[in-house]
Amino acid sequence: MTTAEIIENKIRDALQPVHLDVVNESHRHNVPANSETHFKVIVVSDSFNEQSLVNRHRSINKLLAEQLSGGVHALALHTMTSDEWVERQKQGGIPDSPDCKGGDGRAGK
Amino acid sequence: MEIMDRIKDQVENNPVIIFMKGTPQLPMCGFSSRTVEALKQCNREFAYVNIIADPEVHQNLPGYSDWPTFPQVYISGEFVGGCDITLELSASGELQKMVDKATGN
Repeated sequence: MTTAEIIENKIRDALQPVHLDVVNESHRHNVPANSETHFKVIVVSDSFNEQSLVNRHRSINKLLAEQLSGGVHALALHTMTSDEWVERQKQGGIPDSPDCKGGDGRAGK
Repeated sequence: MEIMDRIKDQVENNPVIIFMKGTPQLPMCGFSSRTVEALKQCNREFAYVNIIADPEVHQNLPGYSDWPTFPQVYISGEFVGGCDITLELSASGELQKMVDKATGN
């Protein structure tokens, strides 16, 4: 299974998203071709109702702890409830993630 | 000073602080770059720690905050979030309010 598939499965199982998009953005960074190091994840789930952004991100960071301490170096997270998703699309959708500037890897390495 | 005390000291004694890769003048990561730009737009002083130059903080901050990635922003001693959250707060105008309040208006 690819890392993208693992991320997708873990989030799908835990959060029952109404919309889920896992985008491998590694090609925009200074890593070998076909790497799985940089991801953008868009999750729309009503399990986020009443949850602060920090707590939403924490719950996904926990789900993906193994990946984040392994090969995944960057994870851009966009977490919304169904209502927020509708609103966001009216305002032009999800912004692009930034390009790398060459900084070294993940936390603690 | 023990590393966790050093982090606590930095977080609690600066109204606004970002732990980032590189410096505000020369960010070494796209996420750090965008986040520090959002802070600059608030037009208030803020502190920063370049974690590339401080491996001990780099290694231990994720354990301190229970947050695995960088950058990390703290306002009034409280963890605010990483890049995506800081940018959302900036877009909604909330970040400016938080920074103003922390730095005294």
